[in-house]
Amino acid sequence: MNRRTLPVTVTGILFVLLLIAGAVQFTGFASPRVILNLFTDNAFLAIIALGMTFVILSGGIDLSVGSVLAFSSVLCASLIQVHGWHPLQAFPVVLLAGACFGAAMGIFIHVYKLQPFIVTLAGMFFARGLATVISEQSIPIEHSFIDAINNFGFALPGRGWIGSATLILIAVFIFGTWLAHFTRLGGYIYALGGNANSAALLGVPVGLTTISIYTLSSTLAALSGIVYSCYTASGYALTGIGLELDAIAAVVIGGTLISGGYGYVLGTLLGVLTMGLIQTWISFHGSLSSWWTKIFIGSLVLMFMIFQRWISQGLTGRRHGPDRIN
Amino acid sequence: MSAQNAVLQLTGVCKRFKGVIAVNNVDLDLRAGEIHALLGENGAGKSTLIKVITGVYTPDGGRIEIDGAAICPKSTLDAQKHGISTVYQEVNLLPNLSVAHNLYLGREPRRFGCIQWKKLQRDARALLQRFSLDIDVNELLSSYSIAVQQLIAIARAVDCAAKVVILDEPTASLDSREVGLLFQILRTLRDQGTAILIVTHFLDQVYALTDRLTVMRNGEKVGTFVTAELPREALVSHMLGKELQAMEASRASQHTDSVDPAALQLRELSSSNGIRNINFSAQRGDAIGLAGLLGSGRSEVCAALFGLDSVTEGEIRLGEAPYKPRSPAQAIAQGFALCPEDRKTDGIVHPLSVRENMIIAHQAQRGWWRPLRRSEQNKLVADATQRLKIVCSDPEKPIGELSGGNQQKVILARWLMTHPQILILDEPTRGIDIGAHAEILQLIRKLCAEGMTLIVASSEIEELVAFSNKILVMRDKRLSTTIAGQDISENAVLAAIAEPD
Repeated sequence: MNRRTLPVTVTGILFVLLLIAGAVQFTGFASPRVILNLFTDNAFLAIIALGMTFVILSGGIDLSVGSVLAFSSVLCASLIQVHGWHPLQAFPVVLLAGACFGAAMGIFIHVYKLQPFIVTLAGMFFARGLATVISEQSIPIEHSFIDAINNFGFALPGRGWIGSATLILIAVFIFGTWLAHFTRLGGYIYALGGNANSAALLGVPVGLTTISIYTLSSTLAALSGIVYSCYTASGYALTGIGLELDAIAAVVIGGTLISGGYGYVLGTLLGVLTMGLIQTWISFHGSLSSWWTKIFIGSLVLMFMIFQRWISQGLTGRRHGPDRIN
Repeated sequence: MSAQNAVLQLTGVCKRFKGVIAVNNVDLDLRAGEIHALLGENGAGKSTLIKVITGVYTPDGGRIEIDGAAICPKSTLDAQKHGISTVYQEVNLLPNLSVAHNLYLGREPRRFGCIQWKKLQRDARALLQRFSLDIDVNELLSSYSIAVQQLIAIARAVDCAAKVVILDEPTASLDSREVGLLFQILRTLRDQGTAILIVTHFLDQVYALTDRLTVMRNGEKVGTFVTAELPREALVSHMLGKELQAMEASRASQHTDSVDPAALQLRELSSSNGIRNINFSAQRGDAIGLAGLLGSGRSEVCAALFGLDSVTEGEIRLGEAPYKPRSPAQAIAQGFALCPEDRKTDGIVHPLSVRENMIIAHQAQRGWWRPLRRSEQNKLVADATQRLKIVCSDPEKPIGELSGGNQQKVILARWLMTHPQILILDEPTRGIDIGAHAEILQLIRKLCAEGMTLIVASSEIEELVAFSNKILVMRDKRLSTTIAGQDISENAVLAAIAEPD
């Protein structure tokens, strides 16, 4: 077993085991409909978590994503509903706003050598405040194009449905995998998480990479905000509070090392699906309060942290001796 | 141009930090197809010079030329573009990437915006083949030993820029077989026309490997020599700035062999930081000098005695009782005290005042539940200030505002307050003025006369000879020679340091 891929494999096995356990306990649990609903219901979280994966891989953290989602959803709703823009005009503006916000945080982190934790914490308050300034009330969106987006999709046998949110998630996932493993930037992101000092000495453009990482994270959070406002057909400034923590939990459960350098985009997707599956299991159970989800997820995160500690000791502790030299 | 086919030519390079001159007017020429050693003790300016060449620092004066064209590298990447690459003592690669990715990070072969992994792996294998390294390039770098990582770093450096390769202490973490392999590769590179500049502290390696060498001392160049024509003794005296024929200094009172059990005895001591089989004993009132070049294990002996590194083999006896320190706190409780080598980071506590710095060890010894009253503190501080002649207008001043010599005296006062039986001084006179220097030597003699045992590690042979009644010469983390009593002289110590294995 390859130690690099072990955490992802464990998350995958956990997901399958949960699915089997649910299927044994409840009829219809492992149906295509329930599984595809996992994607639809968690698309906005998954998109954010995929962005968070790159941030954490580079050794950073982004606490602003929940607020950026709220800001984007409010901006989106306000542009369409209050200012009468067409959604196709509003979406690029929202994405651009998200990108600029992330780039600004990246610049602060790199130029002033500030802790990502502090900068994105400030970003979190800032974006939430900005969202509330646009509108304190929830803005419902009524637009035929949004309805068209929500109705778009493919029916699968077994009452399964692949909607636009799922399609966007799949596109983001493919993009993320390509970025992580087939581009130079991907290598630079892993390099920063491995050892920022060495990376700089090896000629990695540290500043550009840092700014790209936070721009990517915020842009994906903005995209997630668009998905969310379509999904709920509204924009609300107080939505997505604590979502950044769910995203971090998904990344950790997905097997990415919280200190950076090791992890996979696929792991994060599996992490989000596992969290979604726990939620589904609790709603199937019926008698448990939905807050039990939090307890399960908390325990899982803790278990994965201990597991990661063990793995990372293996990654740095095990060496082939000089007997490998000819 | 003085040298024939000089690839890298430095002329009058200077570098200052806040007015302190680190590198002063250094000329250096590095020729294609030679291995050139850069030698000097700590603080000689080697590292600064290398950082100037590799673009980490910008020089304050002088010219750097590559093939006759002046360059001014602004970053390591920039230096690389000019054909200069560097391998550092600490492997500066990424443990979390594969070997192949490490070799080609930032230079990956691409097609349609995608990295061509297959080609990259093929290239990596072919590159390592040149270094007779047959390993799985898809494995993580961290799964290989430091030696292999070091070779990978060199392979990357050579592949990035083959004109000038600079190696900063590349053998510090290698064993002798690995060193042999590295040397073989360096010789091959030399024969292919690469200019290699290597920093090392091991004289045997200098003579085994290099064609020419340059010695630096106190930021200035002492000279460039053809290695084969320079005797070892001459090299050591160039490095340390002492002539072998220097006059003998007055010596401390003769050591008398007493029948008492030794106050401190080390038997076949080995520790986790690499020192091996150290044997010596010290009586009450002895001053033991630890001599040797940088990296020879002087400081490691001090660290092992003070419980900073764990003892792996052998034993230490304090009088009759065995002593096995696991932490500095334990060592202090047993009557040890250590004034560390790096005063700025390990000695003084920056934001605290002179008074607080002085009483901190004594207070720790008493325990937090028995605080020293302020009046007691003031009295202790006043006494120590007077006794050690510390120049300090106000003991409430932050210690950082004091001169180096006075800071060192405050650290000494701190430990003397704990009434140690064995006082370890690691480089007690580094970076302090002449006046304080003499006072500290006087104090060492006085403390010995009072029956304290002192262990002093120093690169200043003259001062060791002045007060020690036994000098242990370290080499390669082992005790190479013990010189005691009448035999102590600068010549004897220098000869012992220079002696080949």
